[in-house]
Amino acid sequence: MVKMDEQKKEKIYFTIFKIATFFSVVLLGFILIYIFVKGVSVINLNFLTSMWNHQDITKGGIFPAIIGTLFLAVGVSIFSIPIGISTAIYLNEFAKDNLFNRLIKLSIRNLAGVPSIVYGLFGLAFFVLLLKFGTSLLAASLTLGCMTLPWIITTSEEALKSVPNSFREASLALGATKIETIKMIVLPNSLGGMLTGSILGISRAMGETAPIIMVGATFFMNYLPKSAFDKFMALPYHLFILATQHSSPYSREYALGTALVLIFLVFSLNLGMFVIRYKLRSKKEW
Amino acid sequence: MNQQKKIIENITKKWLFLVSLTTLVILIGIFFLLFFTGIKAFSEISLFEFFFGTNWNPTAYHEPSWGIFSLFIGTLMVTFGSLAFAIPLGIMSAIYLAEIASPKVREIVKPTIEMIAGIPSVVLGLIGLLFLSPLIAKLFGLSSGLTGLTSSIVVGIMVLPTIISISEDVITSLPREFKEASLALGATKWQTIKMVLVPASLSGIVAAIMLGLGRAVGETIVVLMLAGNSRAFPTSIFDSVRPMTANIAIEIKEVIRGGLHYKSLFAIGLVLFLMTFLINFISDLIIDKHVKKYKW
Repeated sequence: MVKMDEQKKEKIYFTIFKIATFFSVVLLGFILIYIFVKGVSVINLNFLTSMWNHQDITKGGIFPAIIGTLFLAVGVSIFSIPIGISTAIYLNEFAKDNLFNRLIKLSIRNLAGVPSIVYGLFGLAFFVLLLKFGTSLLAASLTLGCMTLPWIITTSEEALKSVPNSFREASLALGATKIETIKMIVLPNSLGGMLTGSILGISRAMGETAPIIMVGATFFMNYLPKSAFDKFMALPYHLFILATQHSSPYSREYALGTALVLIFLVFSLNLGMFVIRYKLRSKKEW
Repeated sequence: MNQQKKIIENITKKWLFLVSLTTLVILIGIFFLLFFTGIKAFSEISLFEFFFGTNWNPTAYHEPSWGIFSLFIGTLMVTFGSLAFAIPLGIMSAIYLAEIASPKVREIVKPTIEMIAGIPSVVLGLIGLLFLSPLIAKLFGLSSGLTGLTSSIVVGIMVLPTIISISEDVITSLPREFKEASLALGATKWQTIKMVLVPASLSGIVAAIMLGLGRAVGETIVVLMLAGNSRAFPTSIFDSVRPMTANIAIEIKEVIRGGLHYKSLFAIGLVLFLMTFLINFISDLIIDKHVKKYKW
């Protein structure tokens, strides 16, 4: 009798847990379908490839915002991928467990927790005003670069840790120096993982809105940024303004269309990286 | 030849070390810029007014007021509102994925949930604006659906993947003997989960919640779009609130650079920075303890 009760209880609890889990899945499905169904009506070639028309938003397109977001992603990558990967190599391959290196690790963990708006304040005070970059593509790239750095270091460290130590030991035993071991054994086996992980981090940065409001994004430009010191349009900021501050009766549809393009960009990048990672992983035999 | 290799190795090592200092420099840089800009605000604003004044109105014509207490309460309201929603859902999902679901289901569902973390927050804000806020206004008979509750729900969705993913990792990384011993003693699966697995992974789950807490405190764009941004002191979750992050985002573009208002926004930034720093520090301590407890 007692046992029956316990089993019944178990069944009830497990069903609740199952519902809770699938709630999240349904939520994701709902979000994607909602954006797709409501946003797809404004998507056409003109919307994707022509310049923004401020007077009549139904005539213009979001081409400069797409380009701006892509430029920003490239700018962030140039800054944060080399520094992030180098830091990961140092921490995983060279750093001894001393106070200084622990301090570096502590700062990485803490940087990951700093709110994006605080990065925005930092970018504004440091890159825009102190270094006099102005509100520009450069200032925004550096600001978001600082923000993505801890993510890139963490994922790169994971890739490095997945290379078995026996590989390193075998190489060192054959008389190779540490640098040679890293160059010929460790990096070829981990670079794929480091780069795909980094690009995942960059794709997250592409969707950030709060910091770029302060350091360089603008709502209306009728030309593409020509230099790193130009302002730029960006998809997330564009859709934010359309959703909250634009007076056109069509602004909602266009905000949803912009959201669809943004999600498509971010998710196709994510999906591509997942596929590459999966292939890289299945090639390994240890 | 050997000598040369050694020199190259040394230079490379030093170079990599210098590069890896970047993160430390950025963290210290952020702190100092916030600190030295924010602190200047207090030459004209009293600390007491800043922290305990309930009225934030720097652009008032007669006498501007600088109290962030209402904003601070707004932040707390959205943060704890979102956690009230995300913690139970997150822990139940984590337990389901770690202990109940078949490996095949887990392999599909876990990455799917993590995809939610990949949705840009501004897109979630948009859905909150177009779908959730009218729904909430209708459901509770409010004149506006832009409330603390609306933003809490959406921020809760944002922190959900963090809580699920880390808690699940913690539960699956427990030693197998825990489970086996309990089952061997005749406990049911549910009893094992309730009395062995959850208590044993509690510190790890708390750390996951702390990380979610940090994200919720710092979330800006969703609250900016959904919380309503009224500066009045919030009395209920159905009020329009203006959390600290949203306040910075709203006002920073309109202030005179270097003016008192600008400095006071940096002071708010400093408060946010210190809050998240503290949250991180505590969750670090908890994780450390957890790792030490279960290192066999």
